[in-house]
Order: sequence, then structure tokens, then C-alpha cells
Amino acid sequence: MGRLRPEDVDLSTVLADVHLDNPVMTASGCAAAGRELHQFFDVADLGAVVTKSIMRDARSGRATPRMSETASGMLNSIGLQGPGIDAFLATDLPWLLRHDARPIVSIAASSLGEYAELARRVGNSPGVAAIEVNISCPNVEDRGLVFACDPLQAGRVLSVVRRDTPRGLPIFAKLSPDVTSIAEIATAVMAAGADGLVMINTLLGLDIQLDRMRPALAGVTGGLSGPAIKPVALRAVWEVSRALPGVPIIGVGGIRTGADALQFIAAGASAIQVGTAIFNDPCAPVRVLKELREELATRGIAKVSEAIGLAHPSIGGS
Amino acid sequence: MTSTAATTRGPLQVTAKVFSNKRVGDYWHLTLVADGIAERTRPGSFVALAVGGDTSGALLRRAFSIYRVRPAGVYGGTVEIVFSARGRGTQWMARLAAHDPVDVVGPLGRPFALPKEPVGCALVGGGYGSAPLFGLAERLRERKCSVHMVLGAATESRLFGALEAKRAAHSVTVTTEDGSVGIKGVVTDALPALFNRGVEVVYSCGPMGMLKAVTQLALEHGAWTQTAVEEDMACGIGVCMTCVLPVVGDDNVTRMVRSCVEGPVFAGDKVRWDDIGTVPPGTFGAPRSGGR
Repeated sequence: MGRLRPEDVDLSTVLADVHLDNPVMTASGCAAAGRELHQFFDVADLGAVVTKSIMRDARSGRATPRMSETASGMLNSIGLQGPGIDAFLATDLPWLLRHDARPIVSIAASSLGEYAELARRVGNSPGVAAIEVNISCPNVEDRGLVFACDPLQAGRVLSVVRRDTPRGLPIFAKLSPDVTSIAEIATAVMAAGADGLVMINTLLGLDIQLDRMRPALAGVTGGLSGPAIKPVALRAVWEVSRALPGVPIIGVGGIRTGADALQFIAAGASAIQVGTAIFNDPCAPVRVLKELREELATRGIAKVSEAIGLAHPSIGGS
Repeated sequence: MTSTAATTRGPLQVTAKVFSNKRVGDYWHLTLVADGIAERTRPGSFVALAVGGDTSGALLRRAFSIYRVRPAGVYGGTVEIVFSARGRGTQWMARLAAHDPVDVVGPLGRPFALPKEPVGCALVGGGYGSAPLFGLAERLRERKCSVHMVLGAATESRLFGALEAKRAAHSVTVTTEDGSVGIKGVVTDALPALFNRGVEVVYSCGPMGMLKAVTQLALEHGAWTQTAVEEDMACGIGVCMTCVLPVVGDDNVTRMVRSCVEGPVFAGDKVRWDDIGTVPPGTFGAPRSGGR
């Protein structure tokens, strides 16, 4: 394989019939609804913009402190602050479409009924490229247990979202790594009608502020993100792509460079998301895209689709 | 397709070069050559610095009020900040030397609002919170406002700009808690005399407790207040949702607002000082248990 010119690399990718110009997206919760980042780069240059999770009603989120910096990462406990679906559809989604972005709308809810309502409202809004289903929320109808941690409950969410989303609009389930077997959850949500998977959400963590001798976050625990979690995310993508060959996977967790992105693709992801790195570098998504192009060119890989799963012995050869 | 940051509004991301980094009392005064930021800066706006270099494990940006700017001339435009080296990010910044690169995003945030009439203004700074007040003093004097600076700190080495204040303001009052210089006490001890001299507007920047006390006293005297708040930020640009505080809107509804984009300057009477660190009952969308 000879070296290619970066501009000759074909970055287009297909995720469950969604054709994207390139495989780089923002990660939910790290890009709001695109507008703030558009001050630094053109949101239309990304494969897709994944919105912060939208809930049915407006939410204030949690008390502060909501964030604590940790080694190569951070903990957050925002509590899904957001304007609610009405304001999102009235303001944020039209803005994304006006700026030629491909919106993937993340939805979150605390009951099956709310998930269904969100699926209908988002699904019937023109211009949405796909729905990402955030299932890392407590289920108020089941003792506050997190949907993502139980294959049965996770599957129920995806089946109601599938039922109420128009045919042809893909739905992707975002999985939590805080489970015994992520392949088991993946199998359950795919059987329930998901078109693909997003891996991984944050890991539950804790930090203690010694001056106050109290947990650093007002919410006590929070979600760990950033480069610190990349090996966990890669492992999840690797495991699920072996357990469920052919299932579209969007890799996310600690991606900071084009080399990181290529690792996820080589582990089996068809697209990737850049999250916490945005806080460090607002241009991180477009920088990762440029670096990914260069990483592929250097290795003589003409199409990003040829790199998907390349690190698996059965795909990559002996 | 619409353009991105092609106008002279909005923030830039630039790789700045250190021009100088000097110790001033307990603080550091960092001057960066950072093209384009000076021209866009207004008093009260801030910059967010990435710390530790390209591969740093400390990912979150550190936010600093802009102390001074100089537009590009013979040399590139410069931006100056003042900081206290008390955490691992600022300790890294303290080690910066001339020509070192630093990734800077700015200017960010809503600046101080300026009065339309030439009125008496008190500019109150706690510790290095005085930094953004010097540029503000200049703007106010251009508008023929009388400018009275009050600088307070625990002790003399934690004051910033007391000498410069004499040039910037019509009057200067210094307070220290230990009495090492100026009035022994806190900034609010110095304010009643200024209200007696006709001050109608109070600008303040410094620790939250000071901002609250200054705002309360100013409101008791019927003064209009502008406070630049300090909240921990992760991004500085409005996407991370960590730097929120409860602020009352014009519709009388309390919202958890981002201090990076809706602040850092707020009208003091709109901030629910006693409820910072909480989501007060009745806040828009509050409170429910929820996912992360």
C-alpha cells in the first residue's frame, strides 16, 4: 500500500442507510446544538452534529459543582439541562438545517411513554438524519434503575422508539459501559429494533475535594469522559463488533486525535464522535477529521470504509 | 453556506506566544501575543487558555478576565491576564517563558454595560479581580464618568494594580483585612463614603462572597450594579453547561444560566447570590432526578 495524497482519501461512510460525507460527528452533550461551535468551524463540514440529549420538558439540570477535572478526563453531573422538545424543534433544529448540518437528535427520557413521544416528534421533523437514543437515564417507573444497565429495559426503550419513529429513519442506541456484558445489551437493543449502536456513554465515577472533605460534585457521582476512558470504549467496540458482525457502530469515548479515530474504526466502528476533547479544543472535530484523512493517506488506505474492523484478525488477515 | 468567524465579532482560537510572564505580588502577569483578540475585546470579556500543551492530561480550559489589550502595531496584538498559581493548570502557566506557545480562545462572554450618562462609578476589585477594571475605567472616563476604585485583599501582596489605579481613577481606596496597607477591613467598608459622594453605579469583580456583599450594599443605596462572576468552567464557550448559576430574567423567572456566554457580567440584582450552588425551587425546569 503506497502513500496517498490526503485529499484523495474517500471519507464517506454509510450507517444503516444513512450516507455521510465523513465519519466524524460531535458527541452528545459536548456540542450543545452546534451553534456555539459554528463560531470556530463550519458545522456543515462534519459528518453529523449529534445534539445534546433532548427531553420532553425543560430541565434546569443539577446544582453546581457539576464538573471536576480528573487525570486525562473529567467527571460531569449536568443532569441533562435543556430547553425541552418544543424549544428545540422551534429553534435549534431549524438552525442546524439552515446551516446545512446533518442533525442526529439525541433523545432522553425517564419513562417509556416519554421516549415514544419524543420519537414521534423528532421523527416527524423534516431534516433529521437519525435519532440517537440516550438510555443512560433512571427509569422512574422501575425504581430509578438506569435503562441502559438492564437488557430487558434497554430493549423496551428501543422497541417503543422503533414503533413510533417513521420507517426509514434510523435509530441508534447509545450504550453504557457500566454493565457486566455490553454485548448482551447490544444484542437486546438490536433485537428490539435499533439500527445501530453508539459506544460508549460515560463511566460512573467519583472525585473527592480534600479541602472540603466532600465529593467534588454536587450530584456526588458523575460521568467520566475524556482520553482516560478510550481503552474502555475501544474494548466495547471491539467486543460488540465481534459478537454482532455487520451491526453499524459509532465509536465514542476519549477521541482526541485522528489516530484515536482510526483506532475506533479499525476496532469496528463505521463512524466516530468527538466529545470531551471539544472542551479542550473547540476545533477538535474538524481537526480530528483532517488528521484521520492524513492517517489513512499515510497508510495507503483509499477509503475509510476499507479500514472498518481492520484490526480484527479475521478481517485484517493473519 | 454561511460564513463562520469571518467578522470582527465573536471569539477566535489562536496559538499565542508568550511575550512576558512576571511575578506581581502573589500573582503572575502574563502578556501574550495573540493576533485579533485585542480588537474584539471589551472590558469584562475573558479568555480561556488550554494548559499543559498539546498532549496535556489537563483538558479543561482555564478562564481569565482580560486585564489589558494592545491592538496590533509594530508587534502583533497583545492580551494580558493576571492569575494566581494555585492549581496544576495555573502552576504550569507560571512556568511559561517568552516565546512559549499557548492556545487561547477569546474574547469570550458579555462585557460590562456602560452608563449612557456621565455618572459617578465605583469600581470594586477583590484580589486580582481588579484586573478587568482598568480597561473599564478608561472607557468610563472617555464617557466623562467619575471613576472611584476600591481595591481590597487579605493582605498587601494580594492586591493587584494599586499603583496603576492612581492613574486610572479619580480616587483610589485600598483595604486589607490585616491592615498591611490602606484601611484595615473589607471593600464594603469603603463604599458608603463613595455613595455619599454621589456614586450611582457599582462595578465589581472578585470572589463571590465579595460580589454578594457589594451588590447588597449598592442596592441599599439605590445604585445600579454590574458584577463579573467567577464560576468554574470547562470550555468557556457555552457547550459544557458546567458554569451555571441561578439568575432572574426580565420575565422574573429564575434560570440556570451559563456564566461563560450569558455572563460573566451580570446585573448584581439579578443574581440569586444566596442560592448559588443550588437549583432554587421554582427555577425554570427544576428540579427532577435525571440521567447524566
